[in-house]
Amino acid sequence: MKVFKLLILVLFAGILLYASLDLPYRGDPDNLMHAEESITGTRVIGNYAIQEAYNDAHTPNMVTVILGDYRSIDTFGEQIVIYTAGLITLLVLRRRRRRIST
Amino acid sequence: MRNQFHSPIVLLGARLLSPYIMVFGWYVIFHGHYSPGGGFQGGALLAASVLLIRVAGGRLISRKQLQEYMNTPFAIIGVLIYFLTGLTAMIAGGYFLDYGELPIPGMEPYWLRYTGILIIEVGIGLTVMCILVMIYDNMVKGEDYG
Repeated sequence: MKVFKLLILVLFAGILLYASLDLPYRGDPDNLMHAEESITGTRVIGNYAIQEAYNDAHTPNMVTVILGDYRSIDTFGEQIVIYTAGLITLLVLRRRRRRIST
Repeated sequence: MRNQFHSPIVLLGARLLSPYIMVFGWYVIFHGHYSPGGGFQGGALLAASVLLIRVAGGRLISRKQLQEYMNTPFAIIGVLIYFLTGLTAMIAGGYFLDYGELPIPGMEPYWLRYTGILIIEVGIGLTVMCILVMIYDNMVKGEDYG
């Protein structure tokens, strides 16, 4: 059983490494992240978010658009982190009284 | 919890406050498009209203509101709402969590994005509420069982 768990972990690490091969290079000027240019000449994504958030989702609160739409996979990760934290409290705090065998 | 005592005043105050806190929590979730708020904050408020009854009334009264074994399924339902929204958009031809591709007929893409954001906020609120209540329940149970 321990070997099986280790195999799952290694397999998952392999999947993550394979998925990371498809990511764009960091700092590449041709990225979609750096397509927009702000007033000061810096290439950032935030300018696009400020200008087009209302047109994309018709939502006046642009923080909601960024959290729920542009960065929605990040928010999904946050939700899973919270869920995992709850499950860990179930494992740590709710333990029955054990008899100590002397 | 050990050493419970029954105080009608505390229970009455909690019963008075709890529905209003819950309504305000739903308001924060559903009004997150127009004002500061969203799923996490609204879920914390919903958890506050449930925990107020739990602290004031004890286990016998709070059993009628939200039972302890219902916390984990509701949290899973919240995660699944989020995940299935993304998966539906992916099946319908877009990217994962691309709300513009949700298969709701008769809606422009920006109204689809509006609706998609609303759906996932409800999912987040449900998960946060249930997890916060679950942490409280587990702490109380751990104290009871040793």
